[in-house]
Amino acid sequence: MFGYCTDPSALEGLAWLACYLTNGKHLTAYASIGTVLLLLAITAPTALTFGFVGASAARSRIAPLRWLGQGYTSIVRGVPDIVFFLFFVIALDQAFEWMRHQVLCPDWNQPVRQGNDFVVCAAAKLPLSTSPQWIHEVYGFFLAVLTFAIVFGAFAANVLFGAMRAVPKAQLETAEAYGMTERQTFWRILVPQMWVFALPGLSNLWMILVKATPLLFLLGVEDIVYWARELGGTKGRIFDYPHPDWRLWYFLALLVFYLSLTQVSEVVLARLTRKLSRGQATFAGEAQRKAAT
Amino acid sequence: MKSTLLTAVAALLVAGSAMAQDMVRMGTEGAYPPWNFINDSGDVDGFERELGDELCKRAELNCEWVTNEWDSIIPNLVSGNYDAIIAGMSITDERDEVIDFTQPYTPPDPSNYLAASDSADLMGGVIAAQTGTIQAAYVAESGATLVEFATPDETIAAVQNGEADAVLADGSFLAPIAEQNGDLMIVGDAVALGGGVGMGIRESDGDLKGKFDAAIQSMKDDGSLNALIEKWEVSTQW
Amino acid sequence: MECLDTIADYGLRSIGVGQRLLPKSDFTLCQQITLIGSGLLWNIYFGILALGLGFFFATALAVGKAAQSPMIRKPCEWFIFVFRGSPLFIQFFLAYEAFVILPKEGIEIFGITAETRWLTKAWAGALVVLFLNTSAYSAEIFYGALRSVPKGDLEAADAYGLSGWRRFRRIVWPTMLRLAWPSYTNEAIFLFHATTLVFFSGFPAWQQKGDALYYASYFADKTFNPFVPYPIVAIYFILLTLVVIGIFATINRRLNKHLPGQARRIKYRPQVIR
Repeated sequence: MFGYCTDPSALEGLAWLACYLTNGKHLTAYASIGTVLLLLAITAPTALTFGFVGASAARSRIAPLRWLGQGYTSIVRGVPDIVFFLFFVIALDQAFEWMRHQVLCPDWNQPVRQGNDFVVCAAAKLPLSTSPQWIHEVYGFFLAVLTFAIVFGAFAANVLFGAMRAVPKAQLETAEAYGMTERQTFWRILVPQMWVFALPGLSNLWMILVKATPLLFLLGVEDIVYWARELGGTKGRIFDYPHPDWRLWYFLALLVFYLSLTQVSEVVLARLTRKLSRGQATFAGEAQRKAAT
Repeated sequence: MKSTLLTAVAALLVAGSAMAQDMVRMGTEGAYPPWNFINDSGDVDGFERELGDELCKRAELNCEWVTNEWDSIIPNLVSGNYDAIIAGMSITDERDEVIDFTQPYTPPDPSNYLAASDSADLMGGVIAAQTGTIQAAYVAESGATLVEFATPDETIAAVQNGEADAVLADGSFLAPIAEQNGDLMIVGDAVALGGGVGMGIRESDGDLKGKFDAAIQSMKDDGSLNALIEKWEVSTQW
Repeated sequence: MECLDTIADYGLRSIGVGQRLLPKSDFTLCQQITLIGSGLLWNIYFGILALGLGFFFATALAVGKAAQSPMIRKPCEWFIFVFRGSPLFIQFFLAYEAFVILPKEGIEIFGITAETRWLTKAWAGALVVLFLNTSAYSAEIFYGALRSVPKGDLEAADAYGLSGWRRFRRIVWPTMLRLAWPSYTNEAIFLFHATTLVFFSGFPAWQQKGDALYYASYFADKTFNPFVPYPIVAIYFILLTLVVIGIFATINRRLNKHLPGQARRIKYRPQVIR
């Protein structure tokens, strides 16, 4: 980074530290903060979609659909997320490759499972083994997002299911009286109103999601926790910047990062709550109306 | 970014040609110096990096390096996420049942005990080891109290803070630590564990195994493997 | 019948009873189910003790956070913020680092030497962390409930001449519990799930005595097949979750017994899931 960093062993004090903190490895680690934030930004809406579909299925009139929705939420919620992460990514990956294999290589005559090996034809590999490393990383990231979304979608479904039931019955009956179809009532009355009831639960879910990101390294995504371990570990003399076990400092930095992320989220969510309460027939909405007049 | 995209598209277009067929992904842990580690610029480095690159050159393969957690390094190989493991993995019977190994590229690296005092009780005391290693299995049977940690670093820390009396690990990993840290020393006799270190290959991938076997043999024959072992001080000579 | 032997050998392995060495080869499904089930004892131990102790501390914290005086309120707010705002995983790491620094000989307090060494062992150290963690989460739930205690209840208490401790014990506290119970049930479920982190990333396992996840990863490591042991853990935890929900629903019915039409099945209010 800096011109004087060419020979780290000759440096001391702050200069050494400045060079150390800006070497290639640290820059990669800083970039991983972006990875975590990106994952959060993509996972949250995806999980919400899963949750919405799950909640809608759970209150469906069609029994098999209802069982599917209820089964999804209760089974996934019953399992610790870490257990899920430990085998789910490999399972998902194999499932995708198996499906592609069925479509792309219909005349493949060898078994897919050969002893312990999982073998699909070269064209069905995901990503293709010829693709460059960054495609592999993007694919790994995609699998991580999908796994997170499936797990947190179940919790979101539970919250949204409760929120849909919390919308006052009278509102729905009025809609019916106006001659709206069931579909119209759902989309025009129920869905816009349920958010204010769902928000407290969803904001808690967001906080849990933020705190589950350290498990990302289990999914093969190199996140900040991976780097904190890697950078903090004892570095012997084969490294340019040898140092003893500094994991404590790196983990303290992580602590600060997560606390500030929590603080920022709390402020934003409080603002969102105020905004969503406006004009709603709830206690908070009523208070806002009174304050305005 | 644009140029990487273009090359990626180009790579996709030529996919299927002979050259692209030979892309081999090498999986390693990246946390076990001097065998393999992430260097200060963020790349995979170490004895196995240099060895792997040379083997690929001799076998005329196009190699790419990826890192993976030690815990899931074998499941990800059999699942096809990479094609070879080159991560200081000792050849054992249990592993050999699931994957194939090339011929060893280093002789068995004797394991050593590292302790804070030379009076540590190695057979009845508390011995630290990394979870899922041959050393952990050995300690569990030796009669000593086994304490398991997830990473090699934590095992050393446990000895330093007195949590464990000693740690059992590969000699080449412990030697530089004992040298640099005045408080720690190698104690007791070395223990021979495992059958040397080799590359892990899927059982269904006999072709690749053959290529690497031949390349390792050629490096053994012309002495370049011994030179590498000496340079990185990973093991004894052939 | 072979399986009965396995259960005799490994049923209590996680607490050091039975066979000393774990199975090495020819793993059977029975061995996996037995050992993982034996590890579940630790998850139950951590869960019950942390919840049981945390319940009282959480009540104190919630009352503290609702206090007028900033001298009481601020520390409670900070405690809750730090423990709710950081991943448990990092809390385990920092706590372990702190516990091993404590002097080996123990600390002298008023001439009595307090042993501190056991804090580096999971059974005590991890329990402390889990206890503090669940206290913070439950305190936030209780605090929310405390603020929603109906004004009418308090006025009625005043009218009956209740004040201070008696008013809290007889009126505020039961109502608070009633309001908080559905969210508290969720917290309990999460806490049981969180116990799987103890040996995974927090504390070392001694003599291969670990929790359900520890044995599952042992088998996954030996058989190189993650698709058997991890689903076993998953099934165990689904059952455990059902038991927790059942117990909490029973308590809920008791809490709401006197309210006509209220003693219904537990309903998950969306409000304060962790």
